[in-house]
Amino acid sequence: MTPPVLTFEQPHPFPGKLIIVEGIDGSGKSTQLLLLKKWLESRGVNVFFTEWNSSELVRETTRRGKKSKALTPTTFSLLHATDFASRLYHDILPPLKAGMLVLADRYVYTAFARDAVRGVSPSWVRKMYNFAIRPDMAFYFNVPIEIAIERLLGGTRAQLKYYEAGMDMGLSQDLTESFRLFQSRILAEYDKIVTEYGLITMDATKDIEEQQNAMRQLVSEALEHYKPKRGTHGKRLFWRRFDLRKPE
Amino acid sequence: MASGYFGDGLTYVNPNDLKGKLIAIEGTDGVGRSTHIELLQEWLEVQGYGVVTTGWTRSSLMSKTIEVAKQGNILDRWSFSLLYATDFADRLEHQIIPALRSGFIVLADRYIYTAFARDVVRSGDRHWIRDVFGFSVLPDLVCYLRIDVDTLALRVIESNGMNYWESGMDLKLGADLYDSFKKYQGLLIEEFDKMAEEFHFEVIDARKPPEEIQEALREKIKPILRNGREPHKGPNDALPANEHQPSEDRTSFTSSL
Repeated sequence: MTPPVLTFEQPHPFPGKLIIVEGIDGSGKSTQLLLLKKWLESRGVNVFFTEWNSSELVRETTRRGKKSKALTPTTFSLLHATDFASRLYHDILPPLKAGMLVLADRYVYTAFARDAVRGVSPSWVRKMYNFAIRPDMAFYFNVPIEIAIERLLGGTRAQLKYYEAGMDMGLSQDLTESFRLFQSRILAEYDKIVTEYGLITMDATKDIEEQQNAMRQLVSEALEHYKPKRGTHGKRLFWRRFDLRKPE
Repeated sequence: MASGYFGDGLTYVNPNDLKGKLIAIEGTDGVGRSTHIELLQEWLEVQGYGVVTTGWTRSSLMSKTIEVAKQGNILDRWSFSLLYATDFADRLEHQIIPALRSGFIVLADRYIYTAFARDVVRSGDRHWIRDVFGFSVLPDLVCYLRIDVDTLALRVIESNGMNYWESGMDLKLGADLYDSFKKYQGLLIEEFDKMAEEFHFEVIDARKPPEEIQEALREKIKPILRNGREPHKGPNDALPANEHQPSEDRTSFTSSL
């Protein structure tokens, strides 16, 4: 009656593939994942995309909690785990089981890093997320804090967000300074995680195209034996072409 | 004081600061927990103890979310358990821990063991849910109101009737509400019985008349009160910590029944 228990410690048994990206805000990981998605789609691969902290149920509660400043490190952590569980169940597992490709912008490592910085026990967070599916590929976009700040302030977003800057932690009254302190601690946690879980480290200071080429190269190597499944027949030819194409 | 943490604990709260007493009343739906908790509160307050009661899913942060979840989106096992864990953590940190710190007696209507039973029935896995609740404060006493599933079914039908969740309808265990209720509650009771041994619950037969159950509960609670000060005196100061075991049996207070 009960399904076999999946754990984070071992590779998942499903025919699909899960590729995730990690990194602090301003590392460019979302841009890279978007470009990867474009590339895969152009080759006729059906790609499912999922983001951290995006389910309706939990977003509402997080908003309520933020408003009343009622979230503690533990409830913050649990809420995100709930959100993740719901996405895993609804968005990630079905395509993986059906043999499709899932791309995730941030994964459990985000929780491992952030929650530890916010003050919960690192071993507790890891145990709590033991129900997660181990990704087939995990990229970490490593960037020095100053470059991340420069990108966030100067470029696409022009403003640092309250929680991303860890303003609720009272590290500094100044938004930029708080971001620097908070995200520096997160970088230190990521360093540990990269070693612990063997994430693929990408140099996020390089040009966008250069990073993307490296990423595509690694992905096509990893997907060499992957047999994608599709619901529609029309684009089969794309697949043959994809399979024949070897990385230069 | 409470006896520490169930697992990894909260890194930012020292359990030694919690000088109150935490008493959990466990048992399946419909065994009369809330009635007995009301009576216990009255009994303790008459003796001069400060009492705080806390229920399952009553936190301001989460109760709405859980209601919404129950109404529409049938949740997977993890979300289901994590939602309850979040609710519990909210109450633990905003209600239970502050009360214990101030020396109150906290009467908990259900505690983490309810979450354990529900998750195990759904998953067959005991480890994960216990890890999740590793931040919990261990109770000083767990009283388990035990009932057999046949008596329980009769009682529930006589009072409020069976509902979807109490019948575990999400598990599809039986063809209708009654079959499902009996199977689901039967599994819960089985799991509670196992935990009663593992975690040394005080087991109280909930098929007895209410007066007898209440009397039994009070008998179980008295020993953990004895470690504190004499009742009836200085009614408003907080309960002192109880690092020392009682050297003698202080029986100066008796049941008000």
